[in-house]
Amino acid sequence: MGDDRFNHEEDLFCPGHRACPGCGAALTSKFVTEVTGPNTIMSMPTGCMEVTTTPYPESAWGISWIHNIFENAAAVAGGIERAYRSFKRRGKKGYTDYDDVNFVVLAGDGATFDIGIRSLSGMMERGHDVLYICYDNEAYMNTGIQRSSSTPIGASTTTSPAGKESLGEDIHKKDMPSIAAAHGLEYIATASIAYPEDFKKKVEKALEIEGPKYIQIFAPCPRGWRHESKNSIKIARLAVETGLYPIYEMENGEITNVKKLKERKPVEEYLKAQGRFKHLFKQEGGDKVVEELQSIADHNAKKIGIDK
Amino acid sequence: MSKDPYKDLKITKGAVVRPGTTLVNKTGSWRSERPIVDHEKCVGCGNCEKFCPDMAIKEMENGRFEVDLEYCKGCGICAEECPVKAIEMEKEER
Amino acid sequence: MTKIMTGYEAVAEAVKACNPDVIPAYPITPQTDIVERISEMVADGELTSEYVRVDSEFNAASTAIGASAAGARTFTATCSQGLKLMSEPLFSAAGMRLPLVLAIANRSLSAPLSIWGDHTDTFAERDGGMIQFYAEDLQEAMDNIAIAYRVAEDKDISLPALSCLDGFILTHVQEEVDPFTQKEIEEFLPERDPVNTLDPSDPTTMGAYARPEHWTETRYVVHRAVKRSKEKIGKAVEEFADIFDREYGLEYNGLVETYRADDAEVLIVALGSVCGTTRYVVDEYRDMGEKVGMVRPRVYRPFPEKELARALEGAESIAVMEKDISLGYQGGLAIDIKSMLYSNGSKIPVLNYIVGLAGRDVSKENIRNVVEGAKEVKGKDPTDLDFDDEERWEPLRKELISEDDM
Repeated sequence: MGDDRFNHEEDLFCPGHRACPGCGAALTSKFVTEVTGPNTIMSMPTGCMEVTTTPYPESAWGISWIHNIFENAAAVAGGIERAYRSFKRRGKKGYTDYDDVNFVVLAGDGATFDIGIRSLSGMMERGHDVLYICYDNEAYMNTGIQRSSSTPIGASTTTSPAGKESLGEDIHKKDMPSIAAAHGLEYIATASIAYPEDFKKKVEKALEIEGPKYIQIFAPCPRGWRHESKNSIKIARLAVETGLYPIYEMENGEITNVKKLKERKPVEEYLKAQGRFKHLFKQEGGDKVVEELQSIADHNAKKIGIDK
Repeated sequence: MSKDPYKDLKITKGAVVRPGTTLVNKTGSWRSERPIVDHEKCVGCGNCEKFCPDMAIKEMENGRFEVDLEYCKGCGICAEECPVKAIEMEKEER
Repeated sequence: MTKIMTGYEAVAEAVKACNPDVIPAYPITPQTDIVERISEMVADGELTSEYVRVDSEFNAASTAIGASAAGARTFTATCSQGLKLMSEPLFSAAGMRLPLVLAIANRSLSAPLSIWGDHTDTFAERDGGMIQFYAEDLQEAMDNIAIAYRVAEDKDISLPALSCLDGFILTHVQEEVDPFTQKEIEEFLPERDPVNTLDPSDPTTMGAYARPEHWTETRYVVHRAVKRSKEKIGKAVEEFADIFDREYGLEYNGLVETYRADDAEVLIVALGSVCGTTRYVVDEYRDMGEKVGMVRPRVYRPFPEKELARALEGAESIAVMEKDISLGYQGGLAIDIKSMLYSNGSKIPVLNYIVGLAGRDVSKENIRNVVEGAKEVKGKDPTDLDFDDEERWEPLRKELISEDDM
């Protein structure tokens, strides 16, 4: 099948998936499987990555993978993890040793910040040995770019459109890492697809820790953010470089290993690269939203300590 | 790893699917631009392979990075992220 | 050796004998005592299952689904609002062919809120691909747990099963029951041997989505599995009788039980605990020389249409007495029975009595009224019955309802 010069045997995330060109979530999926390797069971909620990777009878996954419904991926993963713990404790034959399996969730922001937050909270509170990774593309992309509680202020989505009386989303992005931190997690990190080595190191580190872990990775969506597919990495990099998406680790409640910046870029540079913020530079009052976004970046810089 | 899952398809219990079977879906047909690698310019950094969301650039045994046109969707990330501009996007003629 | 115990204890004892790997638990009245009793067994080391104190019924079902997909035997319990909250993952579990066993302490659905029992909760799950067992007494509630595991985990079936017992009326009553011995249960219930697992040694993708060209067939095969479970229930009940020496409707594949029904002119059809009282009323009529009998489906889904057709044959009138109402039409069981009788070419008139909603007692007096109602339509052609007169509420306190609302 295909051009035999290319070997996809070792891809644990395979080509042929139907994610849009330049998809940040697809790239995230690739990075995740490159670290976890085959001894992994992934639970994924309904969303872009679910539908683009598993149209029956196809699957892009080389690892064991399960989808049940939209809002329960964390609980499904928790159930799998407890099953393996029981298999080990009760000596059930035919199953890989509990300690050798990576239990991972990969979920979008809608499934994480909104509809699945109960399941995620329960999983974190109960201490399941699960690494929860959220690919954050800041809206419900699978259903057609509706705002989620991860959508940043000023972004135009199909349910928070810019219009005569609207400058797009008018509610601030929810601070999920802090919510995870409030559960007392040993390890939390943010990351960006623009820095794969950093992200992969974080996944590797998280997998070595027993108990619940939370990583949130910024994953641009060309279709939803209205930018050219080739710019996904560039935009992800700009989000970090402007301070709008700081990347850091949080270990036992303390912020550590912040990606420091010599000179933060103005947020305009990031905003202007995307159609979802275009109205901010045309409409009256848009400048105020840009100012507010700049103040968010400034606040991040202070709170997290981005500036060198 | 995978066979054509549509061949002699019988609905499996619980609609369980075998791994790696999207390989049957040749997304190369989506492409409007194709990446052309200038192997002379290439410094072998591997950014193109690293950032490809479609696993469609691989380092060959001879050290060259080649594009798997069966799957490349033509997003252009490889060209954009190449530090020495060794990849150019060329309009597909169909 | 028999023991006196409550319904929740009987269920917990049955679960302990079946020894699940993972038990997610969440409280809801009147189910709570089941998971409490199980937690005590875990605390005392009598049971070594992973007992997961989850955040909601929604995630009790979701956790059980994850564990079942991994290959584990699972158990959880719920009812009413909790079952509603589980509904979405449970439908999906059936589609994914993941065996689960749940005990349901049947209870009404809001609003108004009520903690008391009826069957509206499980009837609302009718179309989801779950096997539904209904127990008449504690022994049966206990035995149905083992039978549910046997059938749900059968490789050909692989579906969720609800083992229902009436909230409070069965969960909180004490009766003499005969618990399973280790030897008996080992003989009856093999270890789970899953069709697929998520073990990384042989990776699979579970829960793919299907497009219109495949979806209908994926649904059809689930439907066939639910229907096919009838034979498996029949076989399981037969073997159960051999091993445990207790019988449940053997002549009707373990799906339907009858009481003095053979020559009956009037047949009462009912589910669950109310059948206990109905037996007394049947006896009263028999003592007076009147041919009254009872037919009790043990299983509501799959629907035992052939068995019911056989059990109801020859009756001159039927009263379906049920603790649920499909608002806007009639009770679910009556609807199904009439559909079956129509296909069977039957001309037996059927009355639908809505009784015992939200814990309202169903007295012998009420059941006598049902029998009397059925006697009145004996031998009539169903077309002689007015649609509105087919549906009767026993009793309905009309004095509480304003004119405008009648």
